[in-house]
Amino acid sequence: MRGADLVAALHVAFRLVAYNGVNSPHSEHLQAPADWAVFLVGGAFILAGALGVVTLRNPVHCALFLVITLFGVAIELIDLNADFLAAVQIIVYAGAIVILFLFVIMFLGVDRKEPVAAERFPLQRPLALLLGLGVFILILVLTAVPGNWTTGAHSLSGSLGSPASPTGGAQGDVARLGQAIYTRYLLPFEMTSALLVIAIVAAVVLARTRHRVAGELSSEEQAAIRQAGGASAEVTR
Amino acid sequence: MRVPAEWYLVVALMLFVIGATGLLIRRNILVMFMCVELMLNAVNLTFVTFSRTLNDISGQATVFFVLVVAAAEVVVGLGIIVAIFRRRAEATADDVHILKG
Repeated sequence: MRGADLVAALHVAFRLVAYNGVNSPHSEHLQAPADWAVFLVGGAFILAGALGVVTLRNPVHCALFLVITLFGVAIELIDLNADFLAAVQIIVYAGAIVILFLFVIMFLGVDRKEPVAAERFPLQRPLALLLGLGVFILILVLTAVPGNWTTGAHSLSGSLGSPASPTGGAQGDVARLGQAIYTRYLLPFEMTSALLVIAIVAAVVLARTRHRVAGELSSEEQAAIRQAGGASAEVTR
Repeated sequence: MRVPAEWYLVVALMLFVIGATGLLIRRNILVMFMCVELMLNAVNLTFVTFSRTLNDISGQATVFFVLVVAAAEVVVGLGIIVAIFRRRAEATADDVHILKG
């Protein structure tokens, strides 16, 4: 039957594409190219986005290129089996932080281009490039220092999926990450909630328009108001 | 065979250097902030890479906390920026060299 053959072929193709060698031994050779492809695509996103953030003049464009970089990092995290962190990366960074950036840019109306001519410190650009190159070389040298990175017993709150299994477990590392956070890192986890509350209060305090009653004003300000004939008891800073 | 960890570290290094250079080059405060985010992401990538290499979940837990701290930092930083811009409508770091209330 032609139809049955076609269905079988489609089934095999679907398994090859969708499961990517997890269940089928026939497609073992697809694993490495797929990993490399994911890595290269993610790396291209990261570097293109980062260069865009640094070089583009319009802050709105910078924010949009930042999204590309963050998305590339999320791709790499998925490639590294950190599924939960990839999701959080998209939700927190692309969903919240970049939106906050864009909101502030539009709110303040600073989406105009940076003036190039008004360079107060003409050596800034070459010096910055030199320092960036210095950081690059410094890190390269530090990595070439002989010695073992991994000496000393690192904590083992839970081992990741064994390298032998290509997927590192069906659910990635979400369960182990949750276990680590809610047992070993419980105190830091609770501290982050306090940190977030403090940050919210700080943001409200910073962004609030302060209204002061007359008693809070300095004597000069009171005199100025009296001189101007203003009877208003409230001054907006 | 998976992609070796060194390649991720190379990408993280390039991302970090681009972010650091951008932080030094740019003078728009908002863009400087974005460059700080780039550097944070580079370090996160390094943490997760070593988490896989050392077969230890602690790296991912650290990244989790870095994400939270980054969110708090952006909230406070943007609050400060809004407070500065309310006084003077200039977008560069050079214009706020006098920290006067």
